[in-house]
Amino acid sequence: MGKLGVLQALTGHDGRVWSASWHPDGAALASCGEDKTIRIWTRSSNEWVAQTVLAEGHSRTIRDVAWSFCGQYLASASFDTTVAIWDKKSGEFECNATLEGHDNEVKSVTWSRNGNLLATCSRDKSVWVWEIHNYLDQEDEYECVAVLNAHTQDVKKVCWHPHRDMLASASYDNSIRLYKQDAIDNEWGPCGLLDSHTSTAWSISFDGTGKRLASCSEDTTVKIWQEFDPDNEHDIACPDGVPVWKCVCTLSGAHSHSVYDVDWCKKTGLLATACRDNMIRIFKEVRPDSGVSPLREPTFELVATGYTHTQDVNKVSWNPAAAGMLLSAGDDGTIVIWQYEDDD
Amino acid sequence: MTELENINPNVYKKCEDRKVTKDDENEDVVDPFDEREIFDLIRNINDPEHPLTLEELHVLEQSLITVDNEKNTIKILFTPTIPHCSMATLIGLSIRVKLLRALPPRFKVSVEINPGTHASEQAVNKQLSDKERVAAALENTHLMEVINQCISSPLK
Repeated sequence: MGKLGVLQALTGHDGRVWSASWHPDGAALASCGEDKTIRIWTRSSNEWVAQTVLAEGHSRTIRDVAWSFCGQYLASASFDTTVAIWDKKSGEFECNATLEGHDNEVKSVTWSRNGNLLATCSRDKSVWVWEIHNYLDQEDEYECVAVLNAHTQDVKKVCWHPHRDMLASASYDNSIRLYKQDAIDNEWGPCGLLDSHTSTAWSISFDGTGKRLASCSEDTTVKIWQEFDPDNEHDIACPDGVPVWKCVCTLSGAHSHSVYDVDWCKKTGLLATACRDNMIRIFKEVRPDSGVSPLREPTFELVATGYTHTQDVNKVSWNPAAAGMLLSAGDDGTIVIWQYEDDD
Repeated sequence: MTELENINPNVYKKCEDRKVTKDDENEDVVDPFDEREIFDLIRNINDPEHPLTLEELHVLEQSLITVDNEKNTIKILFTPTIPHCSMATLIGLSIRVKLLRALPPRFKVSVEINPGTHASEQAVNKQLSDKERVAAALENTHLMEVINQCISSPLK
């Protein structure tokens, strides 16, 4: 078991907080919600304070925010069908680009590791890939290079692979899909279907190696998926000569309601979940008994729970710089900063 | 409204008013939410196409409401008047919105179709339980006008 303690509860948003994202240096975070504002929090003398409030960018709920890996840009996705890109080139945070094109609410936004690609997804069932052209003395340009229509329903979440330009999406159609660019014609297309959840797949997160993916769902389970290469030693068939993803573990029984978010810590390997039952849960992989392949049959155990939110928890995210530091955001309007420590 | 889907719905009698007991008036006695109280909050919601309440159409019945105060859960089953009722989602949304406004936020409310009474039961239930889509619907001004009309108490 481990210990999960509250460092601080951040209040300021009016109404539900939908999402929050750590700056890559771990010293700041951005949050967003139904009050149509983005708040940027930084730590001064051990207290997190909302240093900046961005209120002019969107006309409806802001569903998601994401920092670029370089830390210079912040993207926000809104029910108003647009995505706004914010930067500090002028010294203050300003919205310097608005991405339009989705027919309906935008649900999620994510930057690729290299920072040259952005992905968005929407209630309109599509996933869009945008190419970013940065110019030194001119405005940045965002060009839509692919509209991916593999899902048959509302797309809830998009997430880039931690190293490769591979994209994953989760949907109301219960499935998760993977996409990459074709090496020959450069066209983006689907390259994997992860089909096992029995209700909406709300969120997804890769592990540090990028060979595994965790997903969480309205069906109250969390699933672990493993990538098997065509020459794998496990007799997993790869019919088209391309890697296949298989569900190797289902965490069921741990959550009593819908699981809205999952985050796999790249530093510690810990899994955190956000649940409709107001709880945060931390899972740790158990070293397998001899004879059991951790690749084919991994085991995870619940090592800590956190119970501070008074309503649904919508988002969990591990601090990318400070090991064991976690944020959560919920319908009760608060963002909670937690610290997890192993007991052994 | 162009054409009525269900031209001759069955109309039922309303139930009697709740009898106020001595304990109800005593401020020192804790009275938790019960099925009757939840029923009273939603029974007078208007049907979208008839000048009748959901109680009079037997869309809502007290026996199909479950309240668990300790677990903070409330489950409401509603029965569309016909199995192909296209208003089912709207009716469910009206019930959700009414309870969202009336109840303390600690409650997890689920609104579902009474099993076996609607052709697209699963699809409607999934939509009503998706809080993100419900939140987006509540930002739709036109839809909210319709819902507010359903929720407002009928003229006496």
